[in-house]
Amino acid sequence: MKEIFVRLDRCQGCKSCEMACAVQHSASRNLYGAALEKPGPVRRLYVESAEGMKVPLVCRHCEDATCVAVCRTGAMSQDPVTGVVDRDVTRCVGCWMCAMICPYGVIGQGAEKRVAVKCDRCPDLDVPACVDACPSGALVYATQGEFMELMRKAAATKIAREAKELARA
Amino acid sequence: MAKDIRERSIDPASREMLSIAQRAGIETAWDRFEKQQPQCGFGELGLCCRNCNMGPCRIDPFGEGPVKGVCGATADIIVARNLLRSIAAGAAAHSDHARDVAMTFQLLVEGKAPSYGIKDQAKLERLMKEYGVDTPAALAEAVLAEFGKQKGPIQFTRRAPAKRLELWQRLGIEPRGIDREIVECMHRTHMGVDSDYVNLILHGLRASLADGWGGSMIATELQDVMFGTPAPTFSEANLGVLEPDQVNVIVHGHEPLLSEMIVAAATDPELMERAKAQGAAGINVAGICCTGNEVLMRHGVPTAGNFLQQELAVATGAVDAMVVDVQCVMPALGALTGCYHTKFISTSPKAKFPGMTHMEFHEESALQTAKEIVSAAVMNYKNRDPSKVHIPDIKSKCMVGFSVESIVGALGGSLDPLLGAIKSGAVRGIGAVVGCNNPKVQQDYGHVNLVLELIRNNVLVVNTGCNAQACAKAGLLLPEAADLAGEGLKGVCKALGIPPVLHMGSCVDISRILVAAAAIANALGVDISDLPAAGAAPEWMSEKAVAIGAYVVGSGVFTVLGTVPPVLGSQAVAGLLTSGAKDVLGATFAVEPDPMKAAALMIDHIDSQRQKLGI
Repeated sequence: MKEIFVRLDRCQGCKSCEMACAVQHSASRNLYGAALEKPGPVRRLYVESAEGMKVPLVCRHCEDATCVAVCRTGAMSQDPVTGVVDRDVTRCVGCWMCAMICPYGVIGQGAEKRVAVKCDRCPDLDVPACVDACPSGALVYATQGEFMELMRKAAATKIAREAKELARA
Repeated sequence: MAKDIRERSIDPASREMLSIAQRAGIETAWDRFEKQQPQCGFGELGLCCRNCNMGPCRIDPFGEGPVKGVCGATADIIVARNLLRSIAAGAAAHSDHARDVAMTFQLLVEGKAPSYGIKDQAKLERLMKEYGVDTPAALAEAVLAEFGKQKGPIQFTRRAPAKRLELWQRLGIEPRGIDREIVECMHRTHMGVDSDYVNLILHGLRASLADGWGGSMIATELQDVMFGTPAPTFSEANLGVLEPDQVNVIVHGHEPLLSEMIVAAATDPELMERAKAQGAAGINVAGICCTGNEVLMRHGVPTAGNFLQQELAVATGAVDAMVVDVQCVMPALGALTGCYHTKFISTSPKAKFPGMTHMEFHEESALQTAKEIVSAAVMNYKNRDPSKVHIPDIKSKCMVGFSVESIVGALGGSLDPLLGAIKSGAVRGIGAVVGCNNPKVQQDYGHVNLVLELIRNNVLVVNTGCNAQACAKAGLLLPEAADLAGEGLKGVCKALGIPPVLHMGSCVDISRILVAAAAIANALGVDISDLPAAGAAPEWMSEKAVAIGAYVVGSGVFTVLGTVPPVLGSQAVAGLLTSGAKDVLGATFAVEPDPMKAAALMIDHIDSQRQKLGI
């Protein structure tokens, strides 16, 4: 299953992911139309800054997700095949159990209703809007295996370069 | 041909060269544009402020995140400030060009620029009279003083209809000095100065008027004096003007000060001889962008293409020297010319580029430098790699050279026949179509389709810049193109032997359009905003275009933009520009990417103006 991974060192904090996310979840689905909507669309991922770093936070769609476990109305559910955690807006009563239990703080509130709003991993898109919008490759849409391969290659390159430099010295 | 290539341009020569470039692994602006996707939404909406180091700040357009910058600036303030800075940059570019022209003129009258001469004595005398001076030296002094004036007026603003001038004075936007207004833009947009979006935009209009009726107009008029006022002539346009067996020199950029000399040097017998000795059949000068338009208008020097063709020209492998001055020169040319034998020669102390050969140009030794540049091109001819040469066999004939003077000439000495045709309805109105190329729009699609739709509906089109080059390539600048026009316009064009689309010159020559509009308004005893006329910039991209748009609307002409300006982050600013300005200036902006719909907006406006005038 593909998931959204973050390469922290690459994030420039431009928040393009946030904007693309909000646009994708707007009524008009384009930037200029979304900018005119009242109320405005709500983003589902967040670029935070901490300890001098820029940190995009997006729902991890955890296995046996605690937000699903604590949901009293059955609004929050996890797709057994894709693992995507989504919520049924008609069942959500805004009790915020999910928000209180989420370790990443990525449960937001709808613009008009007191209901939970979270990443649905853009079911209509091949690549989630946030990943597509990221200009620096900080967000990666890949399987865990693919992502690890990517990171291994990056690490291997770094180690090889350092080894070469040492040898030269 | 790959689908994406067809989607990049409607120009067959561009398509052919894009295929060649793709196969050769050559990167162009279109590729880089794709790599830039998605572009930053904050920038697109004008909501990013970098004016102080408490920032950069961004306003969340959705109202969920920050709605104010660190200083408290709202979306309205930030968008208006950014717009003002764009206007300042555009006005500065045109006006600094004009300054160089005026200083060259001064050197000429002082006898220190022997390469130049007076080509239009009558215009020189008219200008001296207009300025109330007796000598060319005094004219040079007076014109140069326009830049540093503190209290105005800028003389050429007196060409505007009295009603317009009174309006500017009432609004407090009559420009006081060219440099002053630009400087004030920078002051007002500094941290903690002007924080009222209406006040900011009013000053933006003032700075832009200092460009249109100041800098740009000075550039046009003095260039006419020194290089001749354009008169109708025929030439050719598109990449096919490059010659396989001649030394090809491309002049690219915006100022004619050097390119005029290059054109002269290219006919120098000694250099011609040297070219022959190198195995070339001759020396062929061709233009790109507005440097190209300047020499096209005055000498019929063929034009190799518009803005997005600068890289494609190099990719023909047949350009021996790409000679550039200022503005709209892509830094990418450095790396690109490195892939070919092409010498990339920069000439302005203001504009250096990666990979260039710098051959600095000075007015005092202009012709000598031009000869050295042409000589460098000649000596580079033998380095052409025949396996890399591919010149598309595509070019169109065009009729160019429609200065206001030559339009009046074509009309038989007065504007009356045109006014008569407008009153009778044979000519429904006038459309001024200008502006750049922009990879956001399929190259020339916006330009050509908008112009075609206008002439089909009997709107006489005047154009400049990259639009004029697009129309030249599309064959619309020919008297025969009248067959594509509506019956009324067709009849007028056939009777006068003119094209339905009149090439009035370079970007600074939009000042010619202002002069024409003022003359027509004065003849009818109305303001410019009362005329059955509309403007458009279907593929605009530069800050100069922002300044142009502002002075055209500020002068009272409804203007349709084909690409979205970065102002939609503020509904207040966008509303002011697209509707609120109507009651104040008698004109507004509209944004419409579809050229057919843009034409419809212009035609609707023209029709409503006709109704108000009772014609």
